[in-house]
Amino acid sequence: MNWAGLYTVVSGVNRHSTAIGRIWLSVIFIFRIMVLVVAAESVWGDEKSAFTCNTQQPGCNSVCYDHFFPISHVRLWALQLILVTTPALLVAMHVAYQQHQEKKLLVLTGHGDTKHLEEVKKHKMRISGSLWWTYICSVIFRLLFEAVFMYIFYMIYPGYQMIRLVKCEAYPCPNTVDCFISRPTEKTIFTVFMLATSGICIILNMAELVYLVVRACARRAQRDSNPTSGKSSLYGHKLSPEYKQNEINQLLTEQDGSLKDMLRRNPGLQEKSDRCSAC
Amino acid sequence: MDWGTLQKVLGGVNKHSTSIGKIWLTVLFIFRVMILVVAAERVWGDEQSDFVCNTLQPGCKNVCYDYFFPISHIRLWALQLIFVSTPALLVAMHIAHRRHEKKRQLTSGEKVDIEELNKQKFHIQGPLWWTYTCSIFFRIIFEAVFMYVFYVLYDGYEMPRLLKCSVWPCPNTVDCFVSRPTEKTMFTIFMLSVSGICMLLNVAEICYLVIKFCMKAPRKPATLK
Repeated sequence: MNWAGLYTVVSGVNRHSTAIGRIWLSVIFIFRIMVLVVAAESVWGDEKSAFTCNTQQPGCNSVCYDHFFPISHVRLWALQLILVTTPALLVAMHVAYQQHQEKKLLVLTGHGDTKHLEEVKKHKMRISGSLWWTYICSVIFRLLFEAVFMYIFYMIYPGYQMIRLVKCEAYPCPNTVDCFISRPTEKTIFTVFMLATSGICIILNMAELVYLVVRACARRAQRDSNPTSGKSSLYGHKLSPEYKQNEINQLLTEQDGSLKDMLRRNPGLQEKSDRCSAC
Repeated sequence: MDWGTLQKVLGGVNKHSTSIGKIWLTVLFIFRVMILVVAAERVWGDEQSDFVCNTLQPGCKNVCYDYFFPISHIRLWALQLIFVSTPALLVAMHIAHRRHEKKRQLTSGEKVDIEELNKQKFHIQGPLWWTYTCSIFFRIIFEAVFMYVFYVLYDGYEMPRLLKCSVWPCPNTVDCFVSRPTEKTMFTIFMLSVSGICMLLNVAEICYLVIKFCMKAPRKPATLK
């Protein structure tokens, strides 16, 4: 399991994201992960071997390095990128659950042939109903993780500039010892670059949140102005009396927008779902 | 996520490029990315460990290296290649958007083979022409900017053999010797020339697109007759 494996897993979710979500994913993989793997890791490669202290005292070098760099930048970025990409898996799990429910419904209504089941896998889920909440949660978690890591960075390495010289007094160094860091300017350049891309990702996530909320409000306003359209409101299916009926109706009421898409594409199923008020 | 994955991502866009665009992509991946990974990274591999200064003062070597090489050639090339290849994603996004629109239009009425729709090639006309031309324009700008940054940072394109350093904590002026300067100069000139060839290809592609656009425009009134 490496970055390529993560890419395969997360790009599967891509299909069900909004356009902003896809741009965010490209920025993450090309401008952050790729730059980390291809460039930043080699800049920090010799951070310990080329960390030189003006002393011959054995152990002083190691102790000073450990004192000033509790956790390396590249490891922090790797953790940040893993944590920031994983909320998308919440969405993937929810989509997989919905697809499973759709397949069960198809089998129950007598359309369980492979062609229909394959189509369930291929079609894009609409972000509405409970999937909307899952998606919003995943975007909020992404934002939180980004902000937390930027704060941690700032706390461990005050300011984002890599200093050239550090003065170290930790035991066993005799007195105060000058220690020199390897490639501080190049490290500062990459730190600023990763910080800027992190900021861009935060902005994209906020834009996506705003877009989803505005879209949901617009949809609700449209539903409220057209009560005869037959579509259920965001909470309507939970309050409807059919919710307590048999298993088919239970499945139908949970399947919000994706089922309506499915019914629209397969008019043959329409007669089986006539009794459902969610349609 | 490495160069192989980037190649896969961009290879998808290749289908909708012009022939000059396809040549440009091949030159990029074979003469630039591959040379970077296979050869240049080895040449620059020991750039700091073999950077030797004529002093026993601890820290002087680190500081002098940092002063003369604020960012390594290898990293600059890697960033240049990433930035130069990403405008192609604008085109990929536009095509994905068009495909999505087509699917929405067709699935409301006819039955359509989704696989065929995914494989269909789009002609570079209309708004796609503008997106494609913008992407080439951005490529040219990024190439030029990076070539300029290189020139400014390293005072020309030659790697000096000897550098004189007087930054603290070096006592007085100290001679520092760069490892493999001739080999580095050769690779710098090679990457520079390939970068120049890529810019020429991009300029040729823009000219080709503009000429194609101009030739199509006067034909339209003739067909309406």
